Amino acid sequence: MPTNEIDIAKVAQLAHLELAETELKTFGSQITEIVNYVEQLNELDTADVEPALGGLTPEGAQTDSSRPDEIFGSLGQKEALAEAPDAASGHFRVPKVL
Amino acid sequence: MSRETVEFSVRAAERLNEELNAFLEIDREAPRRAEEVAKGALAGVPVAVKDNICVRGMQTSCGSRILGHYHPPYNATVIERLVNAGAVIIGKTNCDEFAMGSSNENSAFGPVKNPWDTTRVPGGSSGGSATAVAAGIVPVALGSDTGGSVRQPASLCGVLGMKPTYGRNSRYGLVAFASSLDQVGVFAREVNDVARVLGVIAGRDPHDSTSADVPVPDYSAALDGDVKGARIGFPAALFGKGLDEEVSAAVKSVVDVYRELGAEIVEVSLPNAGYAIAVYYIIATAEASSNLARFDGVRYGFRAEETPELRQMYRKTRAEGFGPEVKRRIMLGTYVLSAGYYDAYYRKAQQVRTLIKNDFLNAFKNCDAIITPTAPTPAFALGEKVDDPLAMYLNDIYTVTANLAGIPGLSVPCGLSSARLPIGFQLLGPYWSEPTLLKLAHGFLKARPFTDRPPVSA
Repeated sequence: MPTNEIDIAKVAQLAHLELAETELKTFGSQITEIVNYVEQLNELDTADVEPALGGLTPEGAQTDSSRPDEIFGSLGQKEALAEAPDAASGHFRVPKVL
Repeated sequence: MSRETVEFSVRAAERLNEELNAFLEIDREAPRRAEEVAKGALAGVPVAVKDNICVRGMQTSCGSRILGHYHPPYNATVIERLVNAGAVIIGKTNCDEFAMGSSNENSAFGPVKNPWDTTRVPGGSSGGSATAVAAGIVPVALGSDTGGSVRQPASLCGVLGMKPTYGRNSRYGLVAFASSLDQVGVFAREVNDVARVLGVIAGRDPHDSTSADVPVPDYSAALDGDVKGARIGFPAALFGKGLDEEVSAAVKSVVDVYRELGAEIVEVSLPNAGYAIAVYYIIATAEASSNLARFDGVRYGFRAEETPELRQMYRKTRAEGFGPEVKRRIMLGTYVLSAGYYDAYYRKAQQVRTLIKNDFLNAFKNCDAIITPTAPTPAFALGEKVDDPLAMYLNDIYTVTANLAGIPGLSVPCGLSSARLPIGFQLLGPYWSEPTLLKLAHGFLKARPFTDRPPVSA
């Protein structure tokens, strides 16, 4: 898919990044260059190729990840809030949604 | 004895830090802890740990302002295992922010300097750990490797660096960059030390469902220096354009040494290797854009000021907390996953990933390991590539394939360039072939020991 113009402002919005005009311009051209570079993958015919899903080896894919349904300890509220930028009444306090 | 060894490491780390900037935190209490250490496979061994691996009681900044002085409330599984084996963690090492980089110039806390020439980069993203071992501050260090971040700095710093098979080590407590590519890796100057540390940290972990239920062998067992009859694959096509001439000559000399030692050299072909960088920078950035969404100023780390509204808080926190390379990769990843582009980029990349993996599976039908250079050049100058992201990405050209395919890779020092900068070669093997790679590395170094030491040393 040829890249004409990447809507870098929209991408920044999707990525929850507030960027200045100059940054949008610089990132825009750098990302366009990289995307043009990766277009080379279109040289390959992958019509009959299964997409790899994850990095699992066959042994990894066969490893059973289930565990017995038993209760074990967890962090606890005090520890969980210990690094919070703004902890209040046992909660993570955040600015309101407008 | 343990206390003195650990005290030496702590003092060396402090003394050399202004010059090398390898450490972000040094634990001055470590020598006292060394006295309390019970027996264990690594009893009293001082270890440095990359600052994206959680160590309870120490900072984990990931080289980023957005985590700054974050103190995790838990140990990574690999850390639990090290500590239970008696190892003493003396500090957290500097790295490219969130493990994104090949030069350690993307750290929010300043670059690490290469001890062989402090005007040059040590490589990245585990530059601090590679430097700590190269400079003789610690005998072993942990790093992480997503596209070469253990192997490439090992090569640029003249030490051993191993990324095991995907799923060999637990990723629980390794701050995730790209979940299908990340692995904790090991730095050391001696093959047997890589073997000992890997033996301690490897193995199935219920906390990491991608860790494989495969027994951990005694990695030190087969280190007898004998490589007779080993079949080593040589991919001639990878030794062409873009590869520094001295590096090419050095690695071809290694092939001659293996031949002398009785190994058989086999021509192999990896036809899709040239596409690996494109595949990697789609998949890794896509996964990173998802993994780094958690850094939003809510539960831990930095929160921007003067943000009375929630979504503004997210946007400003992330804009102020993340450095430019991280932002660039998050946006690239967001773009390739966005509606209308997912099939063209992400799905396509995953298909080519299958082709790359199959290239290796085919090649390994005819050989036990493949040899390549680790990095296309020796250490480059600080600032040389910072303005050209794509040029920087091409440093990973020999290493990303291993992460994409999930296979293990080991970088081995093989000499110095005319500018006295280390050159390394890389051994790649089938899944779970760590014993073979270690044996081959050991055999080479027994015949051609790497005894040079950098000008900046403990």
